[in-house]
Amino acid sequence: MTVILTPTDEYRVAAHDGLWMSAADAERVTGWTLKPEGMCRDERCVPLPASAVKGRDVDVEAFWQKLGGPVIASSESDVWALGAPADERNAALEGLQAPDVTLPDVDGVPRTLSQLRGKKVFLATWASW
Amino acid sequence: MWQSLYDELKDKGFMVVAVAEESRGAEHARPWIEQAKSTYWQLIDTEHRLSDLYNLVNVPQAVWIDENGTIVRPPETAGSTDHFRRMNLETRTMSPEDQAARLAARQAYLDAVRAWVSSGTHALPAEAARAALPKVTSEIAEARARFRLGVWLREHGNTTEGDRQMDIASNLHPESWSMWRQAADLQEVGKASGPGFWKRVQALGERPYYPPPRL
Repeated sequence: MTVILTPTDEYRVAAHDGLWMSAADAERVTGWTLKPEGMCRDERCVPLPASAVKGRDVDVEAFWQKLGGPVIASSESDVWALGAPADERNAALEGLQAPDVTLPDVDGVPRTLSQLRGKKVFLATWASW
Repeated sequence: MWQSLYDELKDKGFMVVAVAEESRGAEHARPWIEQAKSTYWQLIDTEHRLSDLYNLVNVPQAVWIDENGTIVRPPETAGSTDHFRRMNLETRTMSPEDQAARLAARQAYLDAVRAWVSSGTHALPAEAARAALPKVTSEIAEARARFRLGVWLREHGNTTEGDRQMDIASNLHPESWSMWRQAADLQEVGKASGPGFWKRVQALGERPYYPPPRL
């Protein structure tokens, strides 16, 4: 099994020859669905080169690069990270709607930023290091 | 760190969310959190997800978000200053003048938060907030992915490869002190503020370590 890390999740997928996987797995990992037009999410479709589709299998590495996102493999190619495309991050920030995030507190209880709508929120980082 | 500010403002529709950029995890952060006795949210971010989403480069940085979930101030230094760069490294002390200036700057920042909560002062209009956002480049995006991979590999016992990925990440995004210092801390607690850190700080020359907020 290949481990795939996205900005928010971690998946174990039966991938082969890099990040070739079934369309169902590709959808589970990326949130994009294989259609005749390409990979689609909501109203948007990203056309794929013919070389990135074989039957119902998709080359997720090629797709992710087409989206403009970084694809990084460990030296053993058993763990991969799909990063958010820079354009996507910039567009989200420039929209000025605070990107939502869910993180655990120190006891593991998940907290979601958007639960605080209606309050002014001072969101600050710190670290022990 | 923010408890007195929170106590003072919590009845005015104000909330503090403190996020620990802490790849060693919750148990490593717990002593600080328990000592702070905070009643606001204290969250643990082992993968530095917040830094990825908000394009952050250091701690402490803060983002101000209004009642509608709109960013009204971009990521900026949250009350810290560069006076530490002049401290005596043997005694770990600052001159009385620097200590006073440092406290005054922190006070001014806290006063700005108070003014925002009471009257909306310092909230930037959309255009100004947008213009002040640091841009995510393709190098930064790649650095984030490598950092994420590095943290994962280290956590799963592959220290050498994890360190290698984090090292490439820091080279791709040298402005991120959080990436460099977290990677150093994972190698050895204390290394993030060791000789390597001071060498990097000195290499800044005239550039700030904590750029002052433009209030």
